[in-house]
Amino acid sequence: MSEEVLQQATPGLIPGSGTARAAKPTRLSPSFISWLQAGPMMLVFLAFFLIPLVFVVIVSFWDYNEYQLLPAFSGRGYTDTFEGCLAQLPDLCTIGKTYLKTLKLCFMVWAITLFIGFWVAYFLAFHVKSKTWQMGLSLLCTIPFWTSNVIRMIAWIPLLGRNGLVNSGLMKTGLINHPVEWLLFSEFSVVLALVHLFTFFMVVPIFNSMVRIDKSLIEAAYDAGATGFQTLVNVIIPLAKPGIVIGSIFVITIVMGDFITIGVMGGQQIAAAGKIIETRVNALQFPAAAANAVILLAITFLIITMMSRIVDIKKEL
Amino acid sequence: MTETTRTKGVSRRTLLKGTAGLAGLAAGSGAITGFPYVKSADAKVLRYLGTAVNEGDDIAKQCLKDTGIKIEYITATTDDVTKRVMTQPNSFDVLDTEYFSLKKLVPSGNILALDAKKIKQFDNITPVFTKGETPGGKKIGGQGTAPWKVLYLEGKDSKKFATSPTEFVTLIPTVYNADTLGIRPDLIKRPISTWAELLNPEFKGKASILNIPSIGIMDAAMVVEASGKYKYADKGNMTKEEIDLTMKVMTEAKKAGQFRAFWKDFNESVNLMASGETVIQSMWSPAVTKVRSMGIACTFQPLKEGYRSWASGFCVSKGVSGAKLEWAYEFVNWFLSGYAGAYLNRQGYYSAVLSTAKAHMEPYEWAYWMEGKPAEKDIKAPDGSLLEKAGAVRDGGSYEDRMGAVACWNAVMDENDYMVRKWNEFIAA
Repeated sequence: MSEEVLQQATPGLIPGSGTARAAKPTRLSPSFISWLQAGPMMLVFLAFFLIPLVFVVIVSFWDYNEYQLLPAFSGRGYTDTFEGCLAQLPDLCTIGKTYLKTLKLCFMVWAITLFIGFWVAYFLAFHVKSKTWQMGLSLLCTIPFWTSNVIRMIAWIPLLGRNGLVNSGLMKTGLINHPVEWLLFSEFSVVLALVHLFTFFMVVPIFNSMVRIDKSLIEAAYDAGATGFQTLVNVIIPLAKPGIVIGSIFVITIVMGDFITIGVMGGQQIAAAGKIIETRVNALQFPAAAANAVILLAITFLIITMMSRIVDIKKEL
Repeated sequence: MTETTRTKGVSRRTLLKGTAGLAGLAAGSGAITGFPYVKSADAKVLRYLGTAVNEGDDIAKQCLKDTGIKIEYITATTDDVTKRVMTQPNSFDVLDTEYFSLKKLVPSGNILALDAKKIKQFDNITPVFTKGETPGGKKIGGQGTAPWKVLYLEGKDSKKFATSPTEFVTLIPTVYNADTLGIRPDLIKRPISTWAELLNPEFKGKASILNIPSIGIMDAAMVVEASGKYKYADKGNMTKEEIDLTMKVMTEAKKAGQFRAFWKDFNESVNLMASGETVIQSMWSPAVTKVRSMGIACTFQPLKEGYRSWASGFCVSKGVSGAKLEWAYEFVNWFLSGYAGAYLNRQGYYSAVLSTAKAHMEPYEWAYWMEGKPAEKDIKAPDGSLLEKAGAVRDGGSYEDRMGAVACWNAVMDENDYMVRKWNEFIAA
């Protein structure tokens, strides 16, 4: 019955495919088939990523006034962005300071998420023996993702505030006399929130690489007399490298473009590359915003290129 | 099997053709014989784009009851409202926006001025908008984008602001207020009387300013002027040097750790104040009310240099015409007829037509909110929650006292682009 319904729904297809079936193997080359397989994703990429990106680059070279884009070639978006960079030397200009700050935050978050992520993945891959437990525990890691990013971030505020849980706890135990101010609206709170939000993006790819390491390699290292540390450095880390690099790319690209977490946890007082773009967009200065987006993209791309120099992901996968 | 499918396929196709034909016939006949068009039975709907300030559910409900017009709110932040008018002018019908954004909106040609002759209460609109003075005759400070500078256009499709009244009104006024610093009197424990206190080292790490450049710069200017560092020719239209100087003062304070945080939306300002993270900051009137309704002492402190004011009003999208335009006039007329005005006054804002709003308020409410008299009875918010106990007096006093002490208005400057860059620099410092 259900078969009949199906055929009713696609009446034209069946006879048509019957005639094509014989000719197919000769007509389609293997490369064409792989293009066909990659095609849908490629089209999605083209429509929702590459074409918009081309527009962003084009708009970044337009001029603008208070209320509209002027489609005439102009480098104003860029020159305004780097305003005063030469005059202020050796001091850094706004864009220089902003990127330095963003890179600093990015590096701290990357280092901490890598450290935590690596050991969580290590534990899951090598210390948890049963597959069921491995699955169960890694699913457990995803539970925080059931609530929104923003909520998980904002939840820190009542904890870290001047009269927050941490401060009042420390005051009661007599460890401090005055509330600690740097807990909230500081680089500390920004890094804390970002680490909390994004460590999982490190765990998953590293774990994925680690479980694929052939256990006999580790046994061989052990048999050859390697210490635990030597095995880690010479066997596990090199083999987990693709996971480390992929996780790092996730974390770095997210943190480089972030402005919401940095804004909320930094009390809007900490500059970020994404924040500049937001302010420009809000002031309806789209070409300037686009120019900043292109600069951010270029810098992020540079970092990723350097990382893929260290590990050839294509080969490793 | 194949054959049965084929016949079925054919019959299905004919069936489809048949239905399409019937549908076409139905549609056609409808058009020809003038059968009642289904849509006309629908409620009159207006899409209302604005910030959350005016967009009360009660207003929409009452409007539907009185006029049969269904209001669909599209709520966005001030910046996003402007962005939407620029990029998607057909996505709304009625626009509720601030006067300072007119310098961007009018030249874009995406909004339509309204005809003053069709606004019944136009002549009763408070002279704050039309003459720049209070009903009692006090002259109001006009620095920045004061509404009377941008109220009229030279012609229907003109992009020029007229210097004398014409019948083409850019925005029909709805709501406005005088803003100042909010403080926590229980934590400061001494009187505050000047904007300069925002940068007083006494409040190091406990002050805040809002991070919306076109409003924040005005607060910053009030502070700079109050501290005697500089006197502006026009705070609302600074030169590049003046912008540099203002941002330098603010940057030094920021580097010295004066500010706990900057805030961007209403709730952030409430949380900062309520949690005691800040004790003195730029604030909006209903935010102060909200902190107070949480049982926390908070004062909307009148200061000797005066208030920074803002105002918003209605216009329509350029895509609105015909019956829809008539509904828009009907809606604006209804808005000025009293219910909405009373609703806004009860939140601590001010309504554009005072006489109609007064008729919709209890005398004791009017005395508290507008005349600065001690409350005879408990003062309640529009939703019925308790705002003030009997005996309380409104911060800053009466309408005359508050609006009469306005020093400047939110502004879009000629050097706006430069200012935004400098503001970014301030955040990055």
